[in-house]
Amino acid sequence: MTGKKTRYTLLIAMSLMLNSTTWATTNNLSLLIGNCESCHGPQGSSLGPATPTIAGMAEDTFLEAMEEYQNGERPSTIMGRIAKGYTEEDFKQMATYFRKQPFARYPQGVDASKAQQGQKLHEEYCEKCHEDNGFTDEDGSSILAGQWMPYLQFSLTDFQAGNREMSKKMKKRLEKMLQEHGEKSLEDIVHFYSSQTEMKK
Amino acid sequence: MSNLNRRHFIQLAAGTAAASVIGFPAIIRAASKQVVVVGGGSGGATAAKYIHLADPSIEVTLIDPQPQHYTCFMSNEVLAGERTIDAIKFGYSNLAKQGIKVVQGLVTDIDPTAKKVTTQSGDTFTYDRLVVSPGIDFKWGAIEGYDESIIEKIPHAWQAGPQTTLLRDQLVAMPDGGTVIIVSPPDPFRCPPGPYERASLIAHYLKQHKPKSKVLILDAKEKFSKQDLFIQGWKTLYGYGTDNSMIEWLPPSKEGKVVRVDAKEMMVYAGEFEDKHKGDVINVIPPQQAGKIAHLAGLVDDKGWCPVDKKTFESTILSKGIHVIGDACIATEMPKSGYAANSQAKVCAAAVVAALQGKDMGTPSYLNTCYSIIGKDYGVSVAAVYRLEGDVIAAVKGAGGLSPFDASAEDRKREVLYAHSWFKNITQDMFG
Repeated sequence: MTGKKTRYTLLIAMSLMLNSTTWATTNNLSLLIGNCESCHGPQGSSLGPATPTIAGMAEDTFLEAMEEYQNGERPSTIMGRIAKGYTEEDFKQMATYFRKQPFARYPQGVDASKAQQGQKLHEEYCEKCHEDNGFTDEDGSSILAGQWMPYLQFSLTDFQAGNREMSKKMKKRLEKMLQEHGEKSLEDIVHFYSSQTEMKK
Repeated sequence: MSNLNRRHFIQLAAGTAAASVIGFPAIIRAASKQVVVVGGGSGGATAAKYIHLADPSIEVTLIDPQPQHYTCFMSNEVLAGERTIDAIKFGYSNLAKQGIKVVQGLVTDIDPTAKKVTTQSGDTFTYDRLVVSPGIDFKWGAIEGYDESIIEKIPHAWQAGPQTTLLRDQLVAMPDGGTVIIVSPPDPFRCPPGPYERASLIAHYLKQHKPKSKVLILDAKEKFSKQDLFIQGWKTLYGYGTDNSMIEWLPPSKEGKVVRVDAKEMMVYAGEFEDKHKGDVINVIPPQQAGKIAHLAGLVDDKGWCPVDKKTFESTILSKGIHVIGDACIATEMPKSGYAANSQAKVCAAAVVAALQGKDMGTPSYLNTCYSIIGKDYGVSVAAVYRLEGDVIAAVKGAGGLSPFDASAEDRKREVLYAHSWFKNITQDMFG
């Protein structure tokens, strides 16, 4: 009996605490994300040429990325140093915010024929995980459609060089693509994803 | 406890309902709090924008003497010919479109009692809260022979704009084989790695167009920001340390401390024995202090900078609703950089809005990222995340720091692209 009662009181107390943290969150959120947006652009949509857009990212993708930057698993020039300055709670607030922001896409110097080649490669090797031409962030796939070209290129270089860990599935597919289509396929695939400015309905 | 809260909530809800029916006149009266922002640079523009974003009912007036702002950051790329002067020029039309009142004028007086500022042309603006973001002023006369009357011949180019263009033109006109002298100031000053990035990017230009020329840095300091990374970059790109080095750096221990400048002879005298250095182009970056209006308003300490509360950026000298941000303020561990000003402006905006609304401002979080471009495909950076600890804006331990000394060429190249991205995004954040 007492146990139940205590639990009940605890529940009420927790819901009250939750309410007060929500207040604090709204106050602190703008101060936290203000730090992100100076480099990653308004509402997390970068104006380029290289810093990636982080708007629309799934929360898990965001949190995993930050964890990997913090513990050095994911290579970076500067993000690793910055990520170490924030707490998990900070990251959760940021993740929730950026998830809700629209991914603004800007025209890039895309080579149409490379993008066309890239589309074929996408359909053959990538589509299963990077659904909807890369517009959907599912199971950590990240949004690739409309991402800045140099960033996509840096990421692929890091994957290929073994500096950044890939899932087993991705490793297999990437190796197969490289085997069958050579180094040039990486460039084509970058052009394809960067060329994606509107999601097909 | 829960009962009390529920009752309290009901009372509050009833109050809100009542206000929405009969409270209109009260709401109208309560609106239009006035905030005046003095200075439309990195700090001031950001503060104006973020105060307006947080509470559009606040009337924000941004006052700057110029119709546009030239960012100091990336102005070294203009000197190198890698970027046009127009690419670092930002007007205020976007801020005006959002509803910020933009006034061109030079504020010459702040009256903290009447809560009023006056411009040179005699216009007055009253405020509930004032944000002062005046940037820097130079300590003219600190170096014998160098004052305001000399800057058309020997530019400082430490406030970007026509001074940047002038120095660029002088570099272009200089014959191959010439010497460019940069006189670097004592701490604290705007943009600590700036003089060394400037030396690097001038060397980058000379290497391509006037390879027999060199850059001589005469320094008031023994150490400088990102020193090891700069020297590594200079060795890689400009032969630093060899007889053919395009860059030479003389600290005070090597007689580099400048005592006198002779503009007529284009001569700089440095060190204990006043060694003579002839320059074909001379760039004197004078010792600095907070911008002029901070001095006129009595916001500075005996060293010429503005002490502030580190959470709200309210002046601790004149605390009557006056905030000071950017290069002019003393922000403990934060450097005087454009990014720091931008970050402080956001914290200050939250403090201003909270004070006007009678709310808690939340927990401040500050950031600084600073890129330096040393040459082609060669960038380095320093970063820090800050939190408030007591009355210190303290860098979070274990975070931030410099680009690794052993970074790959690929990473150095990426840092240049990230620097350019940073420029695009942060200027949008400030002026967009």
